Amino acid sequence: MALYTINVNGKNHQVDVDSDTPVLWVLRDNLRLLGTKYGCGIAHCGVCTIHMDGEAIRSCAYPISSVENKKIVTIEGLSENGDHPVQKAWIEHDVPQCGYCQAGQIMSAASLLAQNPNPSDEEIRRAMNGNLCRCATYTRINKAIKTASKEM
Amino acid sequence: MLMDFRTTSLKFRKHSVIFLFSAALFSAFVLACKAKTGSNGEYTSLPEAKKQDSLASIAAFKDVYSVLMHPRCMNCHPIGDIPLQGDDSHLHNMLPQRGPDGKGIASMKCANCHAPKGVPGDHTPPGNPKWHLPPADMKMVFQGKSARELALQLVNPELNGHKDMQALREHAEDTLVKSGWNMGGDRELPPLSYEEFKKVWYTWIDNGAYAPSN
Ligand code: FES
Ligand code: FES
Repeated sequence: MALYTINVNGKNHQVDVDSDTPVLWVLRDNLRLLGTKYGCGIAHCGVCTIHMDGEAIRSCAYPISSVENKKIVTIEGLSENGDHPVQKAWIEHDVPQCGYCQAGQIMSAASLLAQNPNPSDEEIRRAMNGNLCRCATYTRINKAIKTASKEM
Repeated sequence: MLMDFRTTSLKFRKHSVIFLFSAALFSAFVLACKAKTGSNGEYTSLPEAKKQDSLASIAAFKDVYSVLMHPRCMNCHPIGDIPLQGDDSHLHNMLPQRGPDGKGIASMKCANCHAPKGVPGDHTPPGNPKWHLPPADMKMVFQGKSARELALQLVNPELNGHKDMQALREHAEDTLVKSGWNMGGDRELPPLSYEEFKKVWYTWIDNGAYAPSN
């Protein structure tokens, strides 16, 4: 165990965990930020996606030792009032079915639009390929990203 | 008349000898050029190497090739723009794209999952701070290449990432190359140890970096 200071959603937190502990478990178990979900634990599904210095990363695949001095943003910190263009578009298109994958989908979509504000269908498909949805909400995800892109 | 004939004949023989000698020289030159340029399946060497020992160089490249074509190396040198994955070199799950710099695209970058240091486990993504494919403007494809094709590609600065001989030699020390032996989990290792690989890599280069004939 060792002490780590991490910056999450604009606040510093100190946690005492093993250096190999995935960030996902620090967020959920230590900081009680439960919006980021666990799906596979091996970077295959995308539900645990968060931002690190603006880049989408899979929090199950990043050990705590690799995020010190980085700025982490989770779904809870994407916007102050849940009004990020992606979140608004998600509501407009009623994207979620069961909802389990959606925090990861939104975080990936927000990262995509931050880097490519006007993606084509093909670019959306390629960039979102790594986020699985067992309820198959892909068509609505695509539409919502298109809608959100108009506000970027 | 007889004198004239003898003189002419002598002159002719002298010219013939000169002609034959020149022809032999020319043929030797042509053959040497072929050996350098590699046309007609001849061995090809790199002139600026320390030594020129085609046998030692080609024997070493056989081992180099066995490592470079192993999934731990070849998976990130695919024919297409999607990396390969696993000991069977299947297309990488989630179909990540090469992107212009080889590091992926938008929210699908190599580093999304390949952290500087990975989380331990059999199926977790291996970590490395430099994880990437070769860039789009120089793909450095290994997949599907014969030993000859790969050797010729490796020594060509226009195809090898602008590396001269020294840089090519030093590439064995690259931390991403080294990570092929240290990816963790149940992944198969390349057929030679890292130290053995380095030895044959240097042997190949230092003896002329010859490309085998096939
Ligand atoms: S839980 Fe992280 S990618 Fe599936
Ligand atoms: S909404 Fe159910 S898994 Fe995506």
